[in-house]
Amino acid sequence: MSGLLSILLTLLVFVIIYQIAKASEFATVLRGREKVERQTNRLMAWLLVAFFILGLYGIYECHEALIGKMLPVAASDHGEQFDIMFEMTLIVTGIVFFATQALLFWFAFRYQAKEKTTSYYFAHSNKLELIWTTVPAIAMACLVAIGLRNWANMTCEAPKDSQVVEVTGKQFNWIVRYPGADGILGKRDFRKTSDADNVLGQDWNDKANLDDIVAENGEVHLIVNKPAKFIIGSRDVIHDVGLPHFRMKMDAVPGIVTTIWFTPKYTTEEMKKMTANPNFVYEISCDQMCGKGHYSMRGTVIVETESEHRDWISSQKSYYANMHAPAEQTATESTTPKTDSTKAITMK
Amino acid sequence: MSHDIHMHEATAHSNEGYAAHHDHDHHEQHFITKYIFSQDHKTIAKQFLITGIFWAVIGALMSVFFRLQLGFPNENFPIMEKFLGEWAKGGKLSPEFYYALVTMHGTILVFFVLTAGLSGTFANLLIPLQVGARDMASPFMNMLSYWFFFIAGVVMFISLFVQTGPASGGWTTYPPLSALKEASLGSGVGMDLWLVSMALFVVSSLLGGLNYISTILNMRTKGMYMNRMPLTVWALLFTAILGVLSFPVVLSGFILLIFDRNFGTSFYLSEIFIGGKALPHIGGSAILYQHLFWFLGHPEVYIIMLPGMGMASEVLSNHSRKPIFGYTAMLISMIGITVLAFLVWAHHMFVTGMSPFLGSIFVLLTLLIAIPSAVKVFNWLTTIWRANIRFTVPMMFALGFVSLFISGGLTGIFLGNSALDIHLHDTYFVVAHFHIVMGVSAFFGMFAGIYQWYPKMFGRFMNNTLGYIHFFITFIGAYLIFWPMHYEGVAGMPRRYYDYSAWESFKQFEGLNSFISIVVVIVFFGQLVFVINFFVSIFRGRKVTEQNPWGATSLEWTTPINPGHGNWPGEIPEVHRWAYDYKDDGNGNDFIPQTTPLAPGEHEDAH
Repeated sequence: MSGLLSILLTLLVFVIIYQIAKASEFATVLRGREKVERQTNRLMAWLLVAFFILGLYGIYECHEALIGKMLPVAASDHGEQFDIMFEMTLIVTGIVFFATQALLFWFAFRYQAKEKTTSYYFAHSNKLELIWTTVPAIAMACLVAIGLRNWANMTCEAPKDSQVVEVTGKQFNWIVRYPGADGILGKRDFRKTSDADNVLGQDWNDKANLDDIVAENGEVHLIVNKPAKFIIGSRDVIHDVGLPHFRMKMDAVPGIVTTIWFTPKYTTEEMKKMTANPNFVYEISCDQMCGKGHYSMRGTVIVETESEHRDWISSQKSYYANMHAPAEQTATESTTPKTDSTKAITMK
Repeated sequence: MSHDIHMHEATAHSNEGYAAHHDHDHHEQHFITKYIFSQDHKTIAKQFLITGIFWAVIGALMSVFFRLQLGFPNENFPIMEKFLGEWAKGGKLSPEFYYALVTMHGTILVFFVLTAGLSGTFANLLIPLQVGARDMASPFMNMLSYWFFFIAGVVMFISLFVQTGPASGGWTTYPPLSALKEASLGSGVGMDLWLVSMALFVVSSLLGGLNYISTILNMRTKGMYMNRMPLTVWALLFTAILGVLSFPVVLSGFILLIFDRNFGTSFYLSEIFIGGKALPHIGGSAILYQHLFWFLGHPEVYIIMLPGMGMASEVLSNHSRKPIFGYTAMLISMIGITVLAFLVWAHHMFVTGMSPFLGSIFVLLTLLIAIPSAVKVFNWLTTIWRANIRFTVPMMFALGFVSLFISGGLTGIFLGNSALDIHLHDTYFVVAHFHIVMGVSAFFGMFAGIYQWYPKMFGRFMNNTLGYIHFFITFIGAYLIFWPMHYEGVAGMPRRYYDYSAWESFKQFEGLNSFISIVVVIVFFGQLVFVINFFVSIFRGRKVTEQNPWGATSLEWTTPINPGHGNWPGEIPEVHRWAYDYKDDGNGNDFIPQTTPLAPGEHEDAH
């Protein structure tokens, strides 16, 4: 029944469109083609102007409606640099945007065809070409210079005293590893991986592994105002560690190690106050298509003070201890379900 | 009409095997060689165009389906189950098929519509007509080019119906996701079919491209010096060069992927643990595929853009009744774009862990492209300055093209700068950017071309009123859809997500996503106005009564209204001047065709 109805509806739409076409052709013939074309020309010129003015109003409305939904202030040094540079680029491109669009619609309206007017034969001007080659070139040079400076700042070696966190992507969640008391992340070998008792393929012959802490719930704990270095990898396909609040992003590629570093500036608690949102949480989004669960590959970052972090670390047991001391095994992170938990609690 | 065709066929030059084909005998075979296995470039152009429209409708319908999911993640749409069956049980799209739809939408629109449908159509139609040739350098290869495209389409279409679904790793199909059957349903047989289809598509593109280049270089009529060619022909030449030099590279990438998938090699695979076991692959590089892919992938953007630029230039000049401003500058900027197109591919890979120093070089080269692009925009603006503009439907689309090209081009300046890309990469900012610039803008160039040369293709006009309706729905709709997406992108909202409701950072855009989806549905139906107008006008459109209805200077308008195979009934006309002599000819006309000899004492404009 609904099939028949939709066929009928389609036919109806088709007939209507066809009738509009036929009626307009008849009207043109009746009223004289030249006259209709003149009127249409004037109408179109006005419609383009209307489009431009309504468009400007639409841009304003859109901005008003959405600006409150944007990200809060950048939560890292690099992020602050990003915001300044973004704003500068926005101003440069904004000026060009409004100027060229205004010219386009103004010229279209101003120079609509009129009877007895002819166009001005103007085929080339080397002077003009020179101007609008050099001006964009200079503008681009400035933007490139700022961009490359910032790029160098954010991709350079992380400071020596950075806190190191290893983040490994897998379909479809993040596994986080901390180096433990010795400050060294132990060696890994993907052939030793086992979902039961060695999710990262740690090599137990490497003593540095024995105190490494592994969190399978994708929760990264960072100390505020201390540079954080992420060592990023993947177990299966390409993922991407996206940190929108810190304006950072890096792919997690199987077989190679990538890194990023930044200095978080506000604790999660501070951010909750600043955004007046008690549910605020720094999120890690997977930004590289990784399969059917891509959209749910969520991790979190908990930024806390040094003492909070110390308390949290001391409450954690190493992955080795968890896996090799069955009697004491409790419901810590090794048994937490591997879902994209929406937990956003700072452990105290 | 058929009388005309027979007459002209007899005059077509004899090296095509067509001279042996006599009038009025075996009519059935006649139909097949004339409309199906035709070697006439004009018929092949129509075949490309109609196949392109078919794919465009399918690709657009896919976007409607996944936009419904994005806009209304909590609703069910029983109509989807009718179309998609098991994949949308109860009217709720499954995540697997959501990703399949996203992947197919990209593949279809980028390759089948905006590459084959766009340059396949207009390179075939316009090159011989505008340079003054009876047909392509090799009409047979030209026919093969279409049929390889057709078979590629059949294979891709079949892949939509296999049990595990079509490829679903994104149109870029990055391995390991696309290489491992364990990683995703779509990486099963659907991915194999995708690769086969794309390989056939590359063959089609190469056969076409080589033909276009040799036709332009060798078969220009007397007096048609390179610097007298219309900018459309130049644009199509550079498009073909880009395709010929970059498609083989991506094909090599695809072949390595086929090996990794089926023959146990490790070109792209290394240290992978999936499906509960560690795979034996070691030493491959997943990044290698991205280099090979984007070495085509980026020039592909210009393969899509250049024909639109050429046609918009032609249409703007024609309906402004004014020469294109800065012909030489336009040419140099196109050369600049073509050369730079090969040197910027890694800007798609700033955050793959590629060496930051290498990234810096690609930033520099990428932002260089802004310069020729800016030159083109300013030249277009100056073209309509002090013009005498006729707002015909093709002119409206050409103006829309310029507007959209500016909007979409400027956001490229953000993304090309790695220090900004590090946040914006793979967010909706990217989606908005490339949809405006190489999606909608390229489509506007294509629509301008279709409305402009429809009279040449079918001897009839498309309906104007429907054309204007189509223009405004599409123009307003495009901005309504993609403008707000920039905000989502700046807020870090990742692309290719099936549902955002579990995300504290992105769920606030739910209302906006619904709004965008509603506009998408409206714009989709707006396109059907075009499709109906196109097909009905073939049979019922207003007939063209003058040879040169637009008052254009270029050669295609010196052919009969319904040109037969061979294009000109008698001698091919000789060319005496450049393609943009829109000035008083002394007889009350505001243009001088290229075939008009220079008046005594007249000097050709030193453009």
